[in-house]
Amino acid sequence: MGKGLIEVFITYWPIFLKGLGGTLEYAFIAVFFGSLIGALIALLHLSKNKILSAIAGIYVNILRGTPLLVQMYISYYFLPMAFPSLNNIDKVYYVLLALILNSSAYVSEIFRGGIQSVDVGQTEAARSLGMSASHCMKKIILPQAIKNILPALGNEYISMIKETSLAGTFMLYELMYTKTLLANKYLIWQPLFIIAGIYLLVTLTLSWGVKQMEKRLSVSD
Amino acid sequence: MTEMSEALIETVDLHKNFGDLEVLKGINETIHKGEVVTIIGPSGGGKSTFLRCLNLLEKPTSGSVIFEGNELNNATNLDDHRQKIGMVFQQFNVFPHLDVLANITITPMLEKKVSKADAEAEAMELLKQVGLEEKAHEYPRKLSGGQKQRLAIVRAMAMHPDVMLFDEPTSALDPEMVKGVLEVIQHLAESGMTCVIVTHEMGFAKQVSDRVLFIDGGVVAEEGTPEEVFDAPKNERTKEFLSQVL
Repeated sequence: MGKGLIEVFITYWPIFLKGLGGTLEYAFIAVFFGSLIGALIALLHLSKNKILSAIAGIYVNILRGTPLLVQMYISYYFLPMAFPSLNNIDKVYYVLLALILNSSAYVSEIFRGGIQSVDVGQTEAARSLGMSASHCMKKIILPQAIKNILPALGNEYISMIKETSLAGTFMLYELMYTKTLLANKYLIWQPLFIIAGIYLLVTLTLSWGVKQMEKRLSVSD
Repeated sequence: MTEMSEALIETVDLHKNFGDLEVLKGINETIHKGEVVTIIGPSGGGKSTFLRCLNLLEKPTSGSVIFEGNELNNATNLDDHRQKIGMVFQQFNVFPHLDVLANITITPMLEKKVSKADAEAEAMELLKQVGLEEKAHEYPRKLSGGQKQRLAIVRAMAMHPDVMLFDEPTSALDPEMVKGVLEVIQHLAESGMTCVIVTHEMGFAKQVSDRVLFIDGGVVAEEGTPEEVFDAPKNERTKEFLSQVL
């Protein structure tokens, strides 16, 4: 069996810490840029223009209907092949691109759900007062939708923390990648349990935080 | 109303379908300036749809809506016209994330570039008129249904509309709240505001209207003064409807 869990952790904690830092960072980048793109996709999806709406629907379906790992492989291997001029871009960005686009599809559905959860009477009242469509969205609908969107975005970040573990496959330095590093030192099972423990600790803590946020937001009802 | 003044809203052969369902089957009506028109009729007869077509919340399937001489159907400045067509809804639709004052001031400030100070001063004046000045900094969740509806009315008034549309303004209210809201509407009507009111309050309709429209089956089945429609209806369907609600 070799060394114990605690011994391995005490010896190699900086490696795990660096891995966790990578995980949190990649997940944040994915959700942050995913939110920007996702908000746009949601607006397209809700648009009265049927073609734009259909394009957004297809985008969401493809990204949610195929595994993230496949999307990462396509981004990592196919894009530089198809566009040789992209070859001098660091490979990290191809993996991040897949994470961001994948996240944008989920986030767009969060935005769409949040916007649709606001009573249609709110839009009717605002528009009947003569408020423009964009003011109505910015000042009336989104502030009310955010109550449903923020906790859901928190949960998306938590999911993304787990999803980024796939990035280790492409040598991105995140938590799961520490397994590969330590395997070189003949440590096989210990890192797995330590990694699982760290994921669990982080996701449970963040879930608790999201619950608190939900409670806060619902007070103003 | 003594003499016919100029037309404010006109509908020409107004049709509205929801899918296969033909809700409005060609309505030609004129709402005159200063007129108070109430619309009565059975549920599903098309009266709310007709009202909602007047500010294009429902887009007519065919026919046109002409407001102050402008055809609204394809108007590029629909928002400008809507600012002059106030609307009050059955479900109030006050903005829950804004306090009472901001509910009133937000649209004048955004769309008419009224200064905050001016908008608030006017809002306070309007709130005073409907007995809500002490609620100015409350959020709508603290208001009763009647208070929310009075807020919704003054919110529309703050845009200085030329006409007010009411879509069953008291139907969602507890009985004891109805009177206060009707008084506000009556006061508005008496002040010369053009009003189009869809209502189930027959006593109120009789009292406040210059003209009553009975809409059933997607057409104006009967219209006339309150006396004509309520006391001496000619149409069989009007008679039947009134016998059920009076």
